[in-house]
Amino acid sequence: MPVSVSEPYDLAVIGAGPAGLAGAVTAAEHGLTVALLDASDQVGGQFYRTPDPELRAARPEALHHDWAAFADLRARQRSGNGITHLAGHRVWTVTRGGGGTWAVHAVTGADGAGERPVCVPARALLVATGSYERQLPFPGWTLPGVVGAGGAQAMLKSGLVLPGIGAPSARAGRRARGRIVVAGSGPLLLAVASSLAAAGAKVPAVVEAAGYLRYARHPRALATNAHKMVEAVVHGSALLRHGVRLRARSAVTAVHGTGRVEAVTVSRLDRDWRPVPGTDRRIACDALAVGHGLTPQIELAVTLGCATRTTADGTSALVLDGFQETSVPGVWAAGETGGVGGARLARVEGELAAIAIAARLGGRPGPAGSGRVARLRRARSRMRSFADAMAAAHAPGSGWPTWLAGDTDVCRCEEVTAGTIREAVDDLGARDARTVKLLTRAGMGWCQGRMCGSAVSCLAAAGGAAPAPPGERRPFAEPVPLGVLASLDPPDEDRP
Amino acid sequence: MARTPADLVGADPDPPFEITMDGRTVTALPGQSVAAALWAAGILAWRTTRNGGRPRGAFCGIGQCYDCLATINGEPNRRACLVPARPGDAITTQEGHGRAGLGV
Ligand code: FES
Repeated sequence: MPVSVSEPYDLAVIGAGPAGLAGAVTAAEHGLTVALLDASDQVGGQFYRTPDPELRAARPEALHHDWAAFADLRARQRSGNGITHLAGHRVWTVTRGGGGTWAVHAVTGADGAGERPVCVPARALLVATGSYERQLPFPGWTLPGVVGAGGAQAMLKSGLVLPGIGAPSARAGRRARGRIVVAGSGPLLLAVASSLAAAGAKVPAVVEAAGYLRYARHPRALATNAHKMVEAVVHGSALLRHGVRLRARSAVTAVHGTGRVEAVTVSRLDRDWRPVPGTDRRIACDALAVGHGLTPQIELAVTLGCATRTTADGTSALVLDGFQETSVPGVWAAGETGGVGGARLARVEGELAAIAIAARLGGRPGPAGSGRVARLRRARSRMRSFADAMAAAHAPGSGWPTWLAGDTDVCRCEEVTAGTIREAVDDLGARDARTVKLLTRAGMGWCQGRMCGSAVSCLAAAGGAAPAPPGERRPFAEPVPLGVLASLDPPDEDRP
Repeated sequence: MARTPADLVGADPDPPFEITMDGRTVTALPGQSVAAALWAAGILAWRTTRNGGRPRGAFCGIGQCYDCLATINGEPNRRACLVPARPGDAITTQEGHGRAGLGV
């Protein structure tokens, strides 16, 4: 096993979710030495996020869909010779090393305490960093008790907790806590609502901004992706069983409460996602889980110069060739980084990438000939076409900014309001997220625009330009303590 | 039907232990993050913002949003959703920058 910079791994896989795991095990089974780096202590990524081992869950699969596929990958990873699982490694940048290798820089150790720098050299890279949740702001979305839909799911899967539950305070009186409204857009909402309900929450409503009928515009993508329909039916019938109401073409347009969520206003939307006057309804609840789809997490690849494309719902994803290679030779990507498409597609792409990488490193011509590869490529294009249809169906309507009040915070970190951003656009002529950021500090805080980037670029586009996806170029993909930077060896790499 | 997430997955952890939130005792389960332990106690906010002084707690749950920053055992700017709870931890509400300068 390589232990020093002089002895690179064949492949470094960044991210141990479905795409990265599938890539790592396939590459190892093809004889490559693999470093599998992931921020978490356990493999699985956000989709197969499992309870901490100390919680000793006898049935973790009760919180998951398609668990058997994960169990298989995990078993192959554990038994796989050639895979070094570098758990708890938060990768913050990748540079070119000497002799055509890559240097993957990570920090280990607890967040903010005892962090240590690590550098992992490798001949090829597979970027499988997944995605994070897209948020669209609305009045009250910064109130405690409003949580990301994916965040609620993540905290439930790993920590076995629900937001807004707990010992009722004196103020709450007799009424039991535990009512969670789920809102936003995208298929994740149904999955989140059904797991929250299964875990004991009351879900008064699932509020979906898109109309499900929009899927009907893509009959071919529907017909060839029966498993997606089955998933929807499974979640849908779970929701029925729990008495959850699904309100399509509606949005939570305001949150009420003083110190925490007490109720939300749900409004019907027109086709551009503008609230229809007179349709407001108030729903009492203790928490709101909200999210508007997922955004590929591609900072590392973008920093390396990998080309991007704009997806059907306006996010940026990596441009990939028929074998998952990015525009930068030697850098492959799989899963959500190439466009959000779900765990099953991620597994197919991870395997395909690993086969291509093994062929390249082995000096063999492209792997196009094999039957397995042909099947993987067919599955990939079938699922990609469904993902595109889904993205189009759930793309934010142009009217969502009408939900905002002047004093609604858009940037949560820097507390920059919609009014301030509109001023920058209307009075100061800002036309893109970067200019808005320079004028207002929106996106300059701790999260570096991950939470507000999509919203800010939409608001900037209101000035007349086409909405450009927010710039993913960040100096570091993870915040790094200065001490870690200072302790790095003098760079012998020529930076890309 | 499961009444709690722990019932649903058949969790059987070691006995709970105690941490404090601004002096108030909160029980945590081995394996839970600080944020998860606070949620389990019905606590949703543990910092106030720099400009508006408004309450915030966990939002993204996965280390991306930095809304869950807390002062843990005197050290500010820790992401409570990433930090495992340990017996005796003292969590205090983080105000603004966290008083002790920027950690990130
Ligand atoms: S909740 Fe977002 S970083 Fe912890």
